Amino acid sequence: MTGKRRVTFPHMGEYWIAFETLAEMLGAEAVIAPRMTRHTLEAGAHVSPEFVCVPFKYNMGNFLETLEGGGADVIVQAGGGCRFGYYGEVQEAILKDMGYEFELVNLIKAESAAQLVREVRRMQPSVSYVRAARAVAVAYRQAQAIEAAEAYVRLNIGFEVERGATDRALNSFLRDLRTTRTLRAVREVRERGLADLAAVPIDKPADPLRVGVVGELYVLMEPFANCGVERKLAAAGVEVHRFINGTSLIAQGVGGRKHVRHALDAAGPWVEYHLGADATESVAKTWELMNAGFDGMVHLKPFGCMPEVSAMSALQRISREHTFPILFLSYDAQTAEAGVQTRVEAFCDMLAMRRRRDASA
Amino acid sequence: MRKGYLGVDIGSISTKAVVIDEGGAILAESYLWTEGNPIAAVKRVLIEMESQLAGSDVCVLSSGTTGSARELIGSVLGAQVVKNEITAHAMGTLSLHPDVHTIFEIGGQDSKIIVLRDGVPVDYAMNTLCAAGTGSFLSSQSRRLGIPVEEFGDYALRSQRPTKIAGRCTVFAESDLVHKAQIGYAIEDIIAGLCNAIVGNYLNNVGKGKEIQPPIVFQGGVSKNVGVVEAFKRLTGHDVQVDECGHLMGALGIALLARDTGVEREFDFGVRDMSFDTVGDECGGCANNCEVVCVLRNGEFVDGWGNRCATGIERVKTTLRA
Repeated sequence: MTGKRRVTFPHMGEYWIAFETLAEMLGAEAVIAPRMTRHTLEAGAHVSPEFVCVPFKYNMGNFLETLEGGGADVIVQAGGGCRFGYYGEVQEAILKDMGYEFELVNLIKAESAAQLVREVRRMQPSVSYVRAARAVAVAYRQAQAIEAAEAYVRLNIGFEVERGATDRALNSFLRDLRTTRTLRAVREVRERGLADLAAVPIDKPADPLRVGVVGELYVLMEPFANCGVERKLAAAGVEVHRFINGTSLIAQGVGGRKHVRHALDAAGPWVEYHLGADATESVAKTWELMNAGFDGMVHLKPFGCMPEVSAMSALQRISREHTFPILFLSYDAQTAEAGVQTRVEAFCDMLAMRRRRDASA
Repeated sequence: MRKGYLGVDIGSISTKAVVIDEGGAILAESYLWTEGNPIAAVKRVLIEMESQLAGSDVCVLSSGTTGSARELIGSVLGAQVVKNEITAHAMGTLSLHPDVHTIFEIGGQDSKIIVLRDGVPVDYAMNTLCAAGTGSFLSSQSRRLGIPVEEFGDYALRSQRPTKIAGRCTVFAESDLVHKAQIGYAIEDIIAGLCNAIVGNYLNNVGKGKEIQPPIVFQGGVSKNVGVVEAFKRLTGHDVQVDECGHLMGALGIALLARDTGVEREFDFGVRDMSFDTVGDECGGCANNCEVVCVLRNGEFVDGWGNRCATGIERVKTTLRA
C-alpha cells in the first residue's frame, strides 16, 4: 500500500499530541480517537474478556470509537512487561473477528532505537528511514516536553493563587506544541511553555507535603482511568511527584535490561527478583522517596494487576516497618469518583496531622 | 450563654448527630435511619436536637458534616466544615481514647481500619471493591434466616461449635450459608460462623499488612453485634473496646472539627422548615453524561456537583431556569 495510511492509537494522557506528530511526519494521516468518556469504557468492556485488566478495555474502547467513526488502516499498540505484551495480538484477533480490517503495528517488539524506527516505518512504509527517524525524534521530544510541563503542574497546581490559571497556561502550551514539526520549534515552545507555567502565581509553603505516585503505567498516566487522582492529591495541598512516564518507558524498552538491574539495586532489601512491568520500580521509588523524607506514597493498579499485586507485599512491609503511609488504590470499570475523593482527602489529612505532631515533638 | 457545636454524620444506612460544648462533652444526640432520604433524615435529626436543647442556654455556633452525604447536607446546613468520615472518626475516637492505637470500623456499606500512634493517625485503609462483611450483608442474611439482626450477637454467643463459612466474598458466603443450613447445622452455629467469616474477611482485606496493636476500639453499626466483637477478640488476641456511643464517633469528630475552625455564626435551626429539593440530571454535554445534582433551597440554587468539567453545572442550572 503506497497511499496515505490512516493511523490510530490508544489514548493515554496527552500523548496523543506526540502520536499525531509522529504519524503526520511519516506522511500518514493521524486518526485521533474521541476524548475518553464513559462510553469509551462501556464499549471497550463489552467486547473484552471479563477478567482482563481495565487498560485493555479502555484501549478497545478507543479502537472501536475510531473504527466505527470513519475507520483506520493501522492500529498502533505499545507497552509490555506483563500480559500487556500480548494485548495487541488479542485485541487484533477480537477486532478482526468483529469484521474490522486493519494492520497492527506493535511497538513493544522494538528492543533498540533502530528497531523502534523500523517498527514505526510500518505505519507508512513509503517513508524513508531518515524521515522516519526524524519523525521519531520530534515526537519523542514533544512527549518529553509534555512530561516536563505536567511534572511542573503536579508540583505546583495545588498552590496556585487563582484557580484555573495553571490549566490555562498548560492548555495554551499544549495547543502550541501540537503545531511543532521540528526539534527547534519543540525546544522553543517548551521553553516558552515552562516559563509561562513558572509565571503563574503560587503560594507554596517552604516545606510542603510531598507525596509520590507509583504503580501500573496506564492507570498512572491516564487521568480518566484513575479518577484524576493526581489532581485530587494536589487539590488537597500537596506536591505530587511521579517518575514513570511515557518516554522513560520507551528509554527502558530500547535500553535492554539495564533498568531492571538499577531498579533491583534501588529497591534495596525488599525485592530479590524482578517483579515484571513497573512493579520493581514501584518498590524502588517508594523506598527511595521514603528515605528522602517524603510524607507518603500513593500506589495505583488496575484490579488484578499481577506485577503490582506482587509489589504490594513489599510495599506493605515498608509501610509497616517504617510507619510510612501508603495509600493503595485499585481500579476497575467503576467511574464513581467519590470513593477516590474520600480516600485521598483522608490520606492527606492524615499526612498533615503527622506533620503537626512531628513539628510539636 | 453556652457555646455549642453541631456535628452531623449522614451514612448510607443511618444519620447521626451530636451537639457538643466547648470541652467536647455531648449535650444532645440523635441516631436514626437515613431511609434513602438524607435531607428528610437531617431535618428529623435537627428537630430532635432542638427539643433536647430546649430550655438550656446553648447556642450552636458552628456545624460540620461527614459521611457519604456530607456534600449535600453540608450545603443544606451551610456547614463550616465538610470532611471525610475517616478523619472524623479518628478525631472523635481520639477525644475519648487519647491512647488508642487501632480503630476498627464496620458500617453499613464500607469498613475501614485506622492505625494511630501518639494521638495521630499514621495509616488507614478502606475496603475497595467489595462490600463483603459490612452491615448491609449482615442485614440481608438476617432476613434470610428470619432472625432480627439485633439478636445475631446473642445467637452467636450461644454457639458451641461455629461452622465454617467462606468469608472472602458475599456470594461464596451466602452459598455456604444456605448449604450449611440445608444440611442441618444449628442456627447458632451458622450465625457464629458468619461472625467469624466477617472478622476474617475484615482482617484479611482491610487489615492486611497493618500493625494491629492494642488499645483497639471497634465502631460502626456492626460493633453492636457482640458475636462479631467476640470474634475480633479471639482472632486478634487482644481486648477490643466498644463504646456505648461508638455509633456517634463520626458526628462527635466532625463537631470537634467544626469547633476548631473558630468560624462562629449562630446556627439556624429554621433549616428544618425550609424546603429543599434536589434535581439530578444527566448533563448531556458530552458522552460522559455526568450525573449532575443540584440542591435548591426554596426554589433557589444553592450548590451542585457531580460534573467532571466546568460546563456541567452551568448547563443544568440553565435547564432549571427554563
